[in-house]
Amino acid sequence: MFRNQYDSDVTVWSPQGRLHQVEYAMEAVNLGSATVGLKSKTHAVLIALKRASSELSAYQKKVINIDEHIGITISGLTADARILSRYMRTECLNYKYSHDTVLPLNRLISTLGNKMQVCTQRYDRRPYGVGLLVAGFDDKGAHIYQTCPSANYYDCKAMSIGARSQSARTYLEKKIDELHNAPLEDLIKHGLRALRDTLPPEVDLNTKNVSIGFVGDKQPFKILDEDETAPFLALIEGEERRGGGGGPPDAAAAPLRDEAGDQDAPREPVPQVAMDTD
Amino acid sequence: MFDPTSNPPPFWQNGPAPGAFYNFPNTKSGPSDEFQHSQAPITTATSIVAIKYATGVIIAGDLLGSYGSLARYRNCPRVLQVNENIILGAGGDYGDFQYIKNFIEQKIVQEECLDDGFKLKPKSLYCWLTRVMYSCRSKFDPLWNNLVIGGIQDGEPFLGTVDKLGTAFTDKIICTGYGAHIAVPLLREAMEKNPNMSKDEAKALVEKSMEVLFYRDARSFPKYQVAIIDQNEGSVIEGPLVVKQNWSLAHMISGYN
Amino acid sequence: MSLSMEGIRPHYPDYSNAPMQRHFSPYADNGGSVVAIAGDDFVVIGADTRLSAGFSIYTRDQNKLFPLSKTTVLGCAGCWCDTLTLTRILTSRMQMYQQEHNKTMSTVACAQMLSTMLYYKRFFPYYISNVLVGLDNEGKGCVYSYDPIGHCEKATYKAGGSAGALLQPLLDNQIGLKNMEIIGDSKLTIEKATNIIKDVFISAAERDIYTGDSVIINIITKEGIKDDKFELRKD
Repeated sequence: MFRNQYDSDVTVWSPQGRLHQVEYAMEAVNLGSATVGLKSKTHAVLIALKRASSELSAYQKKVINIDEHIGITISGLTADARILSRYMRTECLNYKYSHDTVLPLNRLISTLGNKMQVCTQRYDRRPYGVGLLVAGFDDKGAHIYQTCPSANYYDCKAMSIGARSQSARTYLEKKIDELHNAPLEDLIKHGLRALRDTLPPEVDLNTKNVSIGFVGDKQPFKILDEDETAPFLALIEGEERRGGGGGPPDAAAAPLRDEAGDQDAPREPVPQVAMDTD
Repeated sequence: MFDPTSNPPPFWQNGPAPGAFYNFPNTKSGPSDEFQHSQAPITTATSIVAIKYATGVIIAGDLLGSYGSLARYRNCPRVLQVNENIILGAGGDYGDFQYIKNFIEQKIVQEECLDDGFKLKPKSLYCWLTRVMYSCRSKFDPLWNNLVIGGIQDGEPFLGTVDKLGTAFTDKIICTGYGAHIAVPLLREAMEKNPNMSKDEAKALVEKSMEVLFYRDARSFPKYQVAIIDQNEGSVIEGPLVVKQNWSLAHMISGYN
Repeated sequence: MSLSMEGIRPHYPDYSNAPMQRHFSPYADNGGSVVAIAGDDFVVIGADTRLSAGFSIYTRDQNKLFPLSKTTVLGCAGCWCDTLTLTRILTSRMQMYQQEHNKTMSTVACAQMLSTMLYYKRFFPYYISNVLVGLDNEGKGCVYSYDPIGHCEKATYKAGGSAGALLQPLLDNQIGLKNMEIIGDSKLTIEKATNIIKDVFISAAERDIYTGDSVIINIITKEGIKDDKFELRKD
């Protein structure tokens, strides 16, 4: 099904100067469950909302370890993320093998960006349908990078991607000044609050659906297991949630709710950009 | 004439060689897919003397490029600054050294082009050169060198070496070639007496080693260069310096002809 | 006739007109010895720290023990450039396994992988005497020893490297209790194993020029790896 005559191939430009296929791929990121990344000057933290594809399946793994100093969270096509994470692991291993030190984050991200870019310029390829938040620590300190299917990448102070991630970004924007000097525990708390803001009121975070990973100076990237996650969840439990906790959702939250991936089946992506180009 | 070092004479002319039925005169046995790997160094440089002192590293090497026993080239610099925290010295085949120097420089330029503020560190170069030397030896095409890598890594002096096989190690004292036999005992003794040498003490010691090596090593030369890298003062290459020579003892040595 | 006369003439390379040949050997013997002893719930491994070639000592302070995980240590002696390469690949493989399976490779799996990796280079081998030690799946100490092309043998004690042939009979007697007349039933303790390792290295340093300077000992228990160092003669 075509939305217009310029989206049949990634290599076709629209008269407005857009690559519709690439923009559609960007929408795949919004289908995945939300994930949050944030950093202080000493640590970078990733927090992700996990979901299970059915009652019978386990929760999908969202935080992936790349090397001792890097971890990622994913939103979008998990299968594509697997390929990208394997590539990142190989790059890190090769660099460590030949240089006896860890690969600087920006170098990894730029080679990854180059790899992903190829898929946006060839008719026999399809863009990777996954967005990544990359957390890492190197000689230049802690980093959070965001990558997109369009092969763009951004160096962020804090970022959230995935379904209803705007709420998390709003929270992070409000707290951005507190993050730089925050200790690890506060950073995780902020991340959890930001992630909780993406949830519909009737759902809350629990040890089953939250995944926490962090990295710092002399702190290899660590993914917390359920027992280790519980104390952090307890720290923010009972706090008043934005949008009125258990009360009726306010008007602003309402339109976001039908996007909540947690319960709903994936809906057809309706990119705004495709609508105004006919 | 039968020379035991050469191949034995053939059994008969133009007869079948082992593994071949015919051997026609004035023909080759076919296009050869053999490849001549370097089996021996040609223009060679002799010892490198290197020590690590309290706050830095010194690497010294003379300027001679020998052609067998012929002192053929007298201005062959072989200590260099790789970047602001690495210095390097090399002995062995001078052509192979120039090749290695070239691709190290390429690597540094590539890194500068990234312009991300990361600078190659001595341990990384040391590890990388070890991999390069090992992979060449594994193809039976060795780079016939001894490389000595010095530098400052995270505020600490670093000194390591790699040989043509990819044998690599770090130590406070590293000498290659003839220096491994003549200079190392000298330096080890001095280092034992004074484990935390100052820069000047270390420089004096290296100077002494170069002098002794000049007297003892027939492939050495009185002009040499010294690369110094220091935590506080950065890196410099000094020289050409000249060995202070004193041959007043020479007339007393006799009985060897 | 003249051929046979020429044939017995002594050969002086310096006076020969034949072009001088310096052939290239990809291997070096850098010496070093490794000794490992396993107990019921521990294993001790020691390696000397001398790195040498011929009559020169490259360095007196070279660790030849490579921790691969919290319960596995590899000791290497022989061609140092091969050791460096093999151990780099091994650490990469350990990380790959960790990431793929979400667990650390067991000592037993490590032992099998090392054998496979060595045999993979059957026709251009890593010239190394490897001794791999660790705790097995039941938590018991184990020692695996290898030849350069991957033959693997499980044991409870092993000496390898340049003084391996000197030390193995000593261990046979002291740990294996071979040719002992009166055998007490005292169990092997960490202290006893460590002391025997120290003693055998003192003996090795007396007789083998490629063993000396000092010994680094790793004691592996379920609590982790403990380091110990012990000085040897330096001549």
